[in-house]
Amino acid sequence: MDAAEEKAFLAALRAGDDAAYEKLVREHSGRMLAVARRFLPGEDDAADAVQEAFVSAFRAIGNFEGGARISTWLHRIVVNAALMKLRSRRRKPEDSIEELLPLYRDDGHAAHPAASWSAEKLVQRDQLRALVQEGIARLPETYREVLLLRDIEELDTQETARMLGISSNAVKTRLHRARQALREVLDPSLRETG
Amino acid sequence: MLTCRAFADFLMAYLDEDLPAAQRAEFEAHIRACPPCVHYLRTYEETVKLGRCLCADDDAPPPSDAPEALIQAILAARRKGA
Repeated sequence: MDAAEEKAFLAALRAGDDAAYEKLVREHSGRMLAVARRFLPGEDDAADAVQEAFVSAFRAIGNFEGGARISTWLHRIVVNAALMKLRSRRRKPEDSIEELLPLYRDDGHAAHPAASWSAEKLVQRDQLRALVQEGIARLPETYREVLLLRDIEELDTQETARMLGISSNAVKTRLHRARQALREVLDPSLRETG
Repeated sequence: MLTCRAFADFLMAYLDEDLPAAQRAEFEAHIRACPPCVHYLRTYEETVKLGRCLCADDDAPPPSDAPEALIQAILAARRKGA
Protein backbone atom coordinates (compact mmCIF):
# COMPACT_ATOMS: atom_id res chain seq x y z
CA MET A 1 0.00 0.00 0.00
CA ASP A 2 1.58 3.31 -1.06
CA ALA A 3 1.15 6.57 0.87
CA ALA A 4 -1.92 7.71 -1.11
CA GLU A 5 -3.63 4.33 -0.74
CA GLU A 6 -2.86 4.29 2.98
CA LYS A 7 -4.37 7.77 3.35
CA ALA A 8 -7.57 6.65 1.61
CA PHE A 9 -7.63 3.48 3.71
CA LEU A 10 -7.27 5.51 6.90
CA ALA A 11 -10.15 7.76 5.80
CA ALA A 12 -12.31 4.65 5.29
CA LEU A 13 -11.43 3.42 8.79
CA ARG A 14 -12.30 6.77 10.29
CA ALA A 15 -15.61 6.71 8.43
CA GLY A 16 -16.38 3.36 10.11
CA ASP A 17 -16.25 1.32 6.89
CA ASP A 18 -16.73 -2.36 7.89
CA ALA A 19 -14.80 -3.67 4.89
CA ALA A 20 -11.83 -1.46 5.74
CA TYR A 21 -11.80 -2.77 9.31
CA GLU A 22 -11.91 -6.35 8.12
CA LYS A 23 -9.04 -5.65 5.72
CA LEU A 24 -7.06 -4.07 8.57
CA VAL A 25 -7.55 -7.10 10.80
CA ARG A 26 -6.86 -9.66 8.07
CA GLU A 27 -3.72 -7.91 6.84
CA HIS A 28 -2.10 -7.19 10.19
CA SER A 29 -3.27 -9.84 12.66
CA GLY A 30 -0.76 -12.51 11.54
CA ARG A 31 2.24 -10.25 12.02
CA MET A 32 0.83 -8.89 15.29
CA LEU A 33 0.35 -12.42 16.55
CA ALA A 34 4.00 -13.18 15.72
CA VAL A 35 5.06 -10.14 17.80
CA ALA A 36 2.81 -11.11 20.72
CA ARG A 37 4.19 -14.67 20.69
CA ARG A 38 7.71 -13.32 21.26
CA PHE A 39 6.56 -11.85 24.58
CA LEU A 40 3.98 -14.42 25.64
CA PRO A 41 4.68 -18.14 25.45
CA GLY A 42 1.03 -19.22 25.73
CA GLU A 43 -0.93 -19.12 22.48
CA ASP A 44 -4.13 -18.02 24.25
CA ASP A 45 -2.34 -15.10 25.92
CA ALA A 46 -0.77 -14.06 22.61
CA ALA A 47 -4.18 -14.16 20.88
CA ASP A 48 -5.75 -12.17 23.74
CA ALA A 49 -3.01 -9.54 23.45
CA VAL A 50 -3.69 -9.18 19.71
CA GLN A 51 -7.42 -8.83 20.31
CA GLU A 52 -6.84 -6.25 23.05
CA ALA A 53 -4.42 -4.40 20.79
CA PHE A 54 -6.99 -4.18 17.98
CA VAL A 55 -9.67 -2.98 20.38
CA SER A 56 -7.27 -0.24 21.56
CA ALA A 57 -6.45 0.62 17.96
CA PHE A 58 -10.14 0.84 16.98
CA ARG A 59 -10.73 3.26 19.84
CA ALA A 60 -7.69 5.36 18.94
CA ILE A 61 -8.04 5.42 15.16
CA GLY A 62 -9.41 8.97 15.31
CA ASN A 63 -6.21 10.13 16.99
CA PHE A 64 -3.85 8.34 14.63
CA GLU A 65 -2.05 11.15 12.86
CA GLY A 66 -0.99 9.28 9.78
CA GLY A 67 2.62 10.44 10.09
CA ALA A 68 3.70 6.88 10.81
CA ARG A 69 2.70 3.79 8.86
CA ILE A 70 -0.36 1.96 10.16
CA SER A 71 1.78 -1.16 10.57
CA THR A 72 4.29 0.71 12.77
CA TRP A 73 1.47 2.16 14.88
CA LEU A 74 -0.15 -1.27 15.32
CA HIS A 75 3.23 -2.77 16.16
CA ARG A 76 3.67 -0.37 19.09
CA ILE A 77 0.13 -1.06 20.28
CA VAL A 78 0.54 -4.85 20.27
CA VAL A 79 3.91 -4.61 22.04
CA ASN A 80 2.21 -2.54 24.73
CA ALA A 81 -0.71 -4.98 25.00
CA ALA A 82 1.68 -7.93 25.27
CA LEU A 83 3.68 -6.17 28.00
CA MET A 84 0.50 -5.45 29.96
CA LYS A 85 -0.51 -9.10 29.73
CA LEU A 86 2.97 -10.28 30.65
CA ARG A 87 2.85 -8.13 33.77
CA SER A 88 -0.55 -9.45 34.73
CA ARG A 89 0.87 -13.00 34.50
CA ARG A 90 4.14 -12.25 36.29
CA ARG A 91 5.18 -14.81 38.84
CA LYS A 92 6.69 -13.62 42.07
CA PRO A 93 9.42 -13.83 43.05
CA GLU A 94 11.13 -13.83 39.68
CA ASP A 95 14.03 -16.24 38.99
CA SER A 96 17.43 -14.63 39.44
CA ILE A 97 19.56 -13.97 36.37
CA GLU A 98 22.76 -14.58 38.34
CA GLU A 99 22.91 -18.27 37.54
CA LEU A 100 22.95 -17.44 33.81
CA LEU A 101 25.77 -14.87 34.04
CA PRO A 102 29.47 -15.66 33.45
CA LEU A 103 31.50 -16.81 36.46
CA TYR A 104 34.81 -15.24 37.54
CA ARG A 105 37.60 -16.33 39.83
CA ASP A 106 38.63 -14.17 42.78
CA ASP A 107 41.41 -12.59 40.69
CA GLY A 108 38.84 -11.34 38.13
CA HIS A 109 39.71 -13.85 35.39
CA ALA A 110 36.90 -15.77 33.72
CA ALA A 111 36.28 -19.20 35.24
CA HIS A 112 35.53 -20.49 31.74
CA PRO A 113 37.50 -18.36 29.24
CA ALA A 114 35.54 -17.48 26.12
CA ALA A 115 36.35 -19.18 22.81
CA SER A 116 35.25 -18.29 19.28
CA TRP A 117 31.99 -19.59 17.85
CA SER A 118 31.82 -21.96 14.92
CA ALA A 119 31.15 -20.23 11.61
CA GLU A 120 29.64 -23.48 10.38
CA LYS A 121 27.07 -23.53 13.18
CA LEU A 122 26.33 -19.82 12.72
CA VAL A 123 24.97 -20.34 9.21
CA GLN A 124 22.43 -23.01 10.18
CA ARG A 125 19.64 -20.47 10.36
CA ASP A 126 16.67 -22.63 11.28
CA GLN A 127 18.45 -24.43 14.12
CA LEU A 128 19.91 -21.12 15.30
CA ARG A 129 16.52 -19.43 15.32
CA ALA A 130 15.12 -22.14 17.59
CA LEU A 131 18.22 -21.99 19.80
CA VAL A 132 18.01 -18.20 20.20
CA GLN A 133 14.27 -18.30 20.87
CA GLU A 134 14.75 -20.99 23.53
CA GLY A 135 17.60 -18.98 25.04
CA ILE A 136 15.49 -15.82 25.24
CA ALA A 137 12.67 -17.83 26.82
CA ARG A 138 15.06 -18.88 29.62
CA LEU A 139 15.72 -15.28 30.68
CA PRO A 140 13.86 -13.95 33.73
CA GLU A 141 10.91 -11.85 32.54
CA THR A 142 12.20 -8.41 33.56
CA TYR A 143 15.37 -9.07 31.54
CA ARG A 144 13.60 -10.79 28.65
CA GLU A 145 11.22 -7.86 28.13
CA VAL A 146 14.11 -5.38 27.94
CA LEU A 147 16.04 -7.56 25.48
CA LEU A 148 12.93 -8.02 23.33
CA LEU A 149 12.12 -4.31 23.28
CA ARG A 150 15.69 -3.12 22.63
CA ASP A 151 17.28 -5.83 20.49
CA ILE A 152 14.33 -7.46 18.73
CA GLU A 153 11.66 -4.74 18.47
CA GLU A 154 14.47 -2.15 18.16
CA LEU A 155 12.98 0.49 20.46
CA ASP A 156 15.49 3.01 21.80
CA THR A 157 16.54 3.18 25.45
CA GLN A 158 14.24 6.08 26.33
CA GLU A 159 11.16 4.55 24.73
CA THR A 160 11.88 1.20 26.41
CA ALA A 161 12.27 2.96 29.77
CA ARG A 162 8.98 4.78 29.25
CA MET A 163 7.07 1.64 28.29
CA LEU A 164 8.41 -0.29 31.27
CA GLY A 165 8.23 2.56 33.77
CA ILE A 166 11.91 2.24 34.71
CA SER A 167 14.96 4.49 34.34
CA SER A 168 17.20 4.54 31.27
CA ASN A 169 20.06 3.30 33.44
CA ALA A 170 17.96 0.33 34.55
CA VAL A 171 17.22 -0.45 30.88
CA LYS A 172 20.95 -0.40 30.07
CA THR A 173 21.88 -2.58 33.04
CA ARG A 174 19.16 -5.15 32.35
CA LEU A 175 19.92 -5.20 28.61
CA HIS A 176 23.61 -5.87 29.20
CA ARG A 177 22.90 -8.66 31.69
CA ALA A 178 20.27 -10.17 29.41
CA ARG A 179 22.74 -10.19 26.49
CA GLN A 180 25.44 -11.71 28.71
CA ALA A 181 23.03 -14.39 29.93
CA LEU A 182 21.85 -15.17 26.39
CA ARG A 183 25.50 -15.43 25.28
CA GLU A 184 26.18 -17.92 28.08
CA VAL A 185 23.12 -19.98 27.14
CA LEU A 186 24.13 -20.09 23.44
CA ASP A 187 27.83 -20.67 24.06
CA PRO A 188 27.85 -24.47 24.63
CA SER A 189 25.96 -25.04 21.36
CA LEU A 190 28.00 -22.62 19.25
CA ARG A 191 31.50 -22.89 20.70
CA GLU A 192 34.21 -23.97 18.25
CA THR A 193 35.29 -27.50 19.11
CA GLY A 194 38.47 -29.39 18.35
CA MET B 1 45.10 -3.31 34.86
CA LEU B 2 41.47 -4.01 34.01
CA THR B 3 40.24 -7.48 35.01
CA CYS B 4 38.24 -9.75 32.71
CA ARG B 5 35.25 -9.28 35.02
CA ALA B 6 35.44 -5.48 34.72
CA PHE B 7 35.89 -5.85 30.96
CA ALA B 8 32.67 -7.87 30.74
CA ASP B 9 30.81 -5.51 33.09
CA PHE B 10 31.55 -2.44 30.98
CA LEU B 11 31.45 -4.08 27.56
CA MET B 12 28.12 -2.62 26.47
CA ALA B 13 29.20 0.88 27.50
CA TYR B 14 32.38 0.36 25.46
CA LEU B 15 30.45 -0.79 22.38
CA ASP B 16 27.99 2.10 22.76
CA GLU B 17 30.97 4.50 22.99
CA ASP B 18 29.76 5.64 26.41
CA LEU B 19 33.12 5.24 28.17
CA PRO B 20 35.34 8.21 29.01
CA ALA B 21 38.59 8.33 27.00
CA ALA B 22 40.84 7.07 29.81
CA GLN B 23 38.63 4.06 30.52
CA ARG B 24 38.31 3.37 26.81
CA ALA B 25 42.10 3.32 26.48
CA GLU B 26 42.29 0.84 29.37
CA PHE B 27 39.70 -1.29 27.65
CA GLU B 28 41.62 -1.31 24.39
CA ALA B 29 44.83 -2.23 26.20
CA HIS B 30 43.00 -5.19 27.73
CA ILE B 31 41.73 -6.26 24.30
CA ARG B 32 45.30 -6.29 22.97
CA ALA B 33 46.49 -8.42 25.89
CA CYS B 34 43.64 -10.89 26.49
CA PRO B 35 42.52 -13.23 23.65
CA PRO B 36 39.64 -14.78 25.66
CA CYS B 37 38.15 -11.29 26.14
CA VAL B 38 38.42 -10.70 22.39
CA HIS B 39 36.39 -13.90 21.94
CA TYR B 40 33.97 -12.68 24.59
CA LEU B 41 33.52 -9.33 22.83
CA ARG B 42 32.96 -10.98 19.43
CA THR B 43 30.51 -13.57 20.72
CA TYR B 44 28.64 -10.88 22.69
CA GLU B 45 28.26 -8.89 19.46
CA GLU B 46 27.23 -12.08 17.65
CA THR B 47 24.57 -12.71 20.32
CA VAL B 48 23.03 -9.27 19.69
CA LYS B 49 23.17 -9.82 15.93
CA LEU B 50 21.59 -13.28 16.19
CA GLY B 51 18.67 -11.89 18.17
CA ARG B 52 18.11 -9.11 15.66
CA CYS B 53 18.43 -11.28 12.57
CA LEU B 54 16.69 -14.41 13.72
CA CYS B 55 13.82 -13.14 15.82
CA ALA B 56 12.87 -9.90 14.08
CA ASP B 57 10.38 -10.12 11.26
CA ASP B 58 12.81 -9.25 8.48
CA ASP B 59 14.59 -12.57 8.49
CA ALA B 60 11.97 -14.84 10.02
CA PRO B 61 9.57 -16.82 7.87
CA PRO B 62 6.51 -14.71 7.01
CA PRO B 63 3.95 -15.14 9.77
CA SER B 64 1.03 -17.27 8.80
CA ASP B 65 -2.41 -15.73 8.92
CA ALA B 66 -3.98 -15.45 12.33
CA PRO B 67 -6.57 -18.16 13.04
CA GLU B 68 -9.98 -17.33 11.59
CA ALA B 69 -11.51 -17.63 15.07
CA LEU B 70 -9.26 -14.81 16.31
CA ILE B 71 -10.10 -12.62 13.33
CA GLN B 72 -13.81 -13.17 13.90
CA ALA B 73 -13.44 -12.45 17.63
CA ILE B 74 -11.70 -9.14 16.88
CA LEU B 75 -14.35 -8.14 14.35
CA ALA B 76 -17.10 -9.13 16.79
CA ALA B 77 -15.47 -7.00 19.52
CA ARG B 78 -15.56 -4.05 17.16
CA ARG B 79 -19.23 -4.60 16.31
CA LYS B 80 -20.00 -4.67 20.04
CA GLY B 81 -18.20 -1.35 20.33
CA ALA B 82 -15.69 -2.79 22.77
